[in-house]
Amino acid sequence: MSVASDVGTGPGGPGPTRRRHPAVRVLAAEIIGFRRNWRGWIMSSLGNPIAFLAAMGVGLGSLVDSGGGSATLDVEYVTFVASGLLAASAMQNGFGEGAWPVMAGLKWRRNFEAMMATPVRPRDLLAGRLLWGVVNFTGNLVAFAVVAMLFGALEPGPALMGILPALLTGIAFEAVATGYTASLGSDTGLTNAYRFAIMPLFLFSGTFFPIAQLPGVLQAVAVATPLYHGVELTRKLVLPGAAPPTVSAMPAWVHVGYLVVMLAAGWWWAARRLRGRLYA
Amino acid sequence: MAPPAVVARGLTKRFGDLTAVDGIDVTVAAGETFAFLGANGAGKTSAMRMIATVSPVTDGELSVLGLDPHHDGQVIRSRLGVVPQEDNLDLELTVRENLLVYGLYHGLPRTVIAHRIDDLLAFAQLEDKADAEVDALSGGMKRRLTIARALINEPDLVILDEPTTGLDPQARHVLWDRLHELRSRGVTLLLTTHYMDEAEQLADRLVVMDHGRIIAEGSPTDLIVEHVTREVLEVRFGTARQAESSDRLVALDLPEVESVEQLAERAIVYTRDAEATLDALGDHGLVPRGHLTRRATLEDVFLRLTGRQLVD
Repeated sequence: MSVASDVGTGPGGPGPTRRRHPAVRVLAAEIIGFRRNWRGWIMSSLGNPIAFLAAMGVGLGSLVDSGGGSATLDVEYVTFVASGLLAASAMQNGFGEGAWPVMAGLKWRRNFEAMMATPVRPRDLLAGRLLWGVVNFTGNLVAFAVVAMLFGALEPGPALMGILPALLTGIAFEAVATGYTASLGSDTGLTNAYRFAIMPLFLFSGTFFPIAQLPGVLQAVAVATPLYHGVELTRKLVLPGAAPPTVSAMPAWVHVGYLVVMLAAGWWWAARRLRGRLYA
Repeated sequence: MAPPAVVARGLTKRFGDLTAVDGIDVTVAAGETFAFLGANGAGKTSAMRMIATVSPVTDGELSVLGLDPHHDGQVIRSRLGVVPQEDNLDLELTVRENLLVYGLYHGLPRTVIAHRIDDLLAFAQLEDKADAEVDALSGGMKRRLTIARALINEPDLVILDEPTTGLDPQARHVLWDRLHELRSRGVTLLLTTHYMDEAEQLADRLVVMDHGRIIAEGSPTDLIVEHVTREVLEVRFGTARQAESSDRLVALDLPEVESVEQLAERAIVYTRDAEATLDALGDHGLVPRGHLTRRATLEDVFLRLTGRQLVD
């Protein structure tokens, strides 16, 4: 081992220009970590949709459909819920990925600090984690779509159409959650964010019933929140023929615009907060 | 001739009102082993973080491996190995995976990484543990792995922040041995420590930091010669007689004695000849209840320079 030699000029080492972008290196490292956790990942990726679709779609759905709900919705309740849950589950995963692993990286495992001793910069770390989010959430969503097909809730074509808007929702939530986590000193704030932001969004953003069912003021609140746009965009693409109140009356680009702005703002904020934390 | 590994002029780091590093001047030559000595809170870690290019310089000039940390941070870090004060290994990964991941962060091709991992496992004496999870390693093994990890990019400069803090004596000696080996290969080592024996063991040159400033600089031997004597005699007269007896000791003004430090329970006599001084005390009727003759160490230099009261 010749310790004093320059990096990149070592045996077989390509020059710096041919190297992979640092964000891709972070992704590669995430995949190595994932190889140790894939069993748990499979369990939750399949287990959650099965539990939700069985309880909400089939159990609650039979009640809704027999009570005239499907006349209002124009589709079976299980289909309505499955399309909403695609986006809502992506939000949960996005928040989860931007919360605990980031807190661990900064405070508990401090593997982010270790990364900073290499050419990886805070912005690469962030981009790499969001890239990993894309890979990870796509896997979650494909698993969800397969389960929904097995339940007869979605046809393959519509299920596939729902993956992209749900993915956008998940990544936007991961970016914002990363920024939020990087501004926290402890994980108390994460538990609170889950309890007071993610849970209400999950319940009241149109996943389980059209927001037209809410009192007027709450409707306005729901329209202002991000998951509503994720759910409506996903449902518009999964159920192209559907009309209000099954889907929103807004054009799809409003939903896309909301989520893209949220992703961009979250990305900017997270990059700033991570930089402040890691380059003190 | 390689440029100096580190050149700092008036290097300053402030956090709000707190000045952690207060205008230090340091030059570390390529291939040298250089130590920052100081109590907790003296500013060593802040100085190290600036040199490791993960902490912006507040004021002054700094060049690392001939490059500017502000503009060339990425290039500098690709040639740097960092061993932080607390191990930040990935506990969920195996020993080998920790090294692999670090190689990936450095952008090295997998074939090169695989080759280096074998060398590094041998260097760190961790071949048997290659596929063990890091969580299961002893403190000394973790430390050696952290050092091995810092070498995956074959760095020109290795920064070690308190490398042996918290290790048992065996583990410390094994680690020193590894560091000596690195040094003999020509790697520049920059370490911080509050263990004086560590600095004496390893450092070619060192600076003593106190309250963010450098208060002494030189080789361990130079510093001992400059600030204390070669030998030290510690004498205890018992609590009741201590103050009076050590006053008399000072009043004797023995020729070989350079200075006396009077403490509550003992007197520390800096002398050219400890045995002769002890005999002379006996001749003057000052027989101590207990005594210790020893070689002066950096610890004496350090305590003389920074005082004996607790800093924090």
